[in-house]
Amino acid sequence: MRRLGLRLRERGIELSLLACALVTILVTAGIIFVLLDECFGLTPGKVGFFQAVSISEFLTGTEWKPMIEPRSFGVLPLVSGTLMVAFGALLVALPIGLATSIFLSEYAPPWLRQIFKPVLELLAGVPTVVYGYFALTFITPYLIRGIFPDVQIFNALSAAVVVGIMIVPTVCSLCDDAFRAVPRSLREAAYGLAATKLEVSTRVVLPAALSGVIAAVLLAFSRAIGETMAVALAAGMTPHLSLNPLTSIQTMTGYIVQVVGGDAPAGSLEYQTIFAVGLSLFAMTFIVNVVAQRIFARFREAYE
Amino acid sequence: MSAAPSAYRPAIGRRRFVGRLGLAAFVALSLVALVALGALILQVLQQGGSVISRTFLSNPPSILEPETAGVYVAIIGTLWLIGITVLAAVPLGVGAAIWLEEYAPRNRLTRFIHLNISNLAGVPSIVYGLLGLAIFVRSLQMGRSVLAGGLTLALLVVPVIIIATREALAAVPPSIRHASLALGATRWQTIRHHVLPAALPGILTGVILSLSRAIGEAAPLILIGAVSYVAAPPGGSLAESVEAQGVFAGLREWLRAALSDGFTALPVQIYGWIGEPDEIFHALAAGGILVLLVVLFSMNAVAIGIRAWQQRHRHS
Repeated sequence: MRRLGLRLRERGIELSLLACALVTILVTAGIIFVLLDECFGLTPGKVGFFQAVSISEFLTGTEWKPMIEPRSFGVLPLVSGTLMVAFGALLVALPIGLATSIFLSEYAPPWLRQIFKPVLELLAGVPTVVYGYFALTFITPYLIRGIFPDVQIFNALSAAVVVGIMIVPTVCSLCDDAFRAVPRSLREAAYGLAATKLEVSTRVVLPAALSGVIAAVLLAFSRAIGETMAVALAAGMTPHLSLNPLTSIQTMTGYIVQVVGGDAPAGSLEYQTIFAVGLSLFAMTFIVNVVAQRIFARFREAYE
Repeated sequence: MSAAPSAYRPAIGRRRFVGRLGLAAFVALSLVALVALGALILQVLQQGGSVISRTFLSNPPSILEPETAGVYVAIIGTLWLIGITVLAAVPLGVGAAIWLEEYAPRNRLTRFIHLNISNLAGVPSIVYGLLGLAIFVRSLQMGRSVLAGGLTLALLVVPVIIIATREALAAVPPSIRHASLALGATRWQTIRHHVLPAALPGILTGVILSLSRAIGEAAPLILIGAVSYVAAPPGGSLAESVEAQGVFAGLREWLRAALSDGFTALPVQIYGWIGEPDEIFHALAAGGILVLLVVLFSMNAVAIGIRAWQQRHRHS
């Protein structure tokens, strides 16, 4: 009898733990359902966004004016703003992150690592709204206006710089893992051939860890795409198609926050635009993440 | 007969020189991160240091009298959010991690769950805000409440908790499990009495770090409907409620009101202040950031401390 009770208890615990794990699938399903429902009207009686606005207008239109008549719903200006900030951020984060991680994994003595690692963790722990404040009150007035004195207070460049600083810890810790996964024997063989430390780092370790580095860059890129508060504060709120980083732009995330900050009534077309933009955002980050994970998995297999 | 011209040109001096240049470049670029963090902290201290006072911590925000505005309501809002997030996310995340690490068979379902969790960890926080808005605020009719906000943040941090907990569980040597199972303990008894205690410091570190992420999040809360100017903390004053209706009824009413009231949180409050054109609000924002950073950095310090303690004990 007692045995049976014990077995039932064991089984019950296992099932409830399994239920916890299954909730994560429910969350993903929930996200996808919510986004698709507002966009395509899955639940009966609901008129989705793409029943009012054609998908081709949304994807190819070059003007985003969802609030002012005559309205137009071309998402390209938001996408271009997002990509400009994200690529700009990579231009900042890649040299810094790569150099820091090479320095930490190949050159730095252990005590220096122990100072640097917590600093990077602190940098990673700073909330994004704080980075937005930093962009507005420091980077634009002191750094960017030092070079381009008459730039607008809201501009894409400051957003790119600040998001770049923000993703440095991500690039760093993932690249560091990749470099440390490279077997010692490779380095020692190169030293045996009288290579200098720089040659070992850049011509042996870096190529050997390349797929890990690429995956790290992709993950950082997807974080930059999804970044909200810093970008919403620094880049401004004027969606337009432009490649000039010195003007104010709007990103997809920035638009979502702006609309919710106003009062778009639920069910209205304005309200549904945030789900349409959210779906595009989700799709972009999802694709980048999946590709990054594929590359990571292959990299891990190579050294295990 | 002369030897063929040798291709051996070591040029060791030049290569060493290039090597030194490279090192200098690495060090310089590495310092950028340190300098950025330093500049950020100095900027916040310089702008916000002057507003920090006891009244700043105990006053509600005021748009009419910024001189006396404070972060009290926002701090209480953040505490509510964290409480709800902990209650919802920790059991869920730790439970899922235990199943994945200790029970999961190697099959398609498990692989799918793994894949799904790493994808969830990469979903932008604002998308969780959209989920919370559609599910908690509208479908489940929680309204723009602190409960909806806390649950949304919980969903956001669950993947982080799962990943950290799995790492902590995987670091527990299998010999401990084998010894316990060999003595006749059941699977759960083994986990409960041996694996979990050994993994506890690692789990704790992961939970603290994920909560510090939740504390700093503004975007999903703004989507849920947190606003920057809220006059009173969720539920109002507990003391008044108890005085008016007695201990139990007062407590119950207060809790009910608190969970359904509108709310704000520190990062949302800061965002609101940064958005004001007047310079004095920027000082308030800097003050709020200072409070937020002190909280976050101390949480980080605790996490780092636990990790250091654990490493020392593992080696001895």
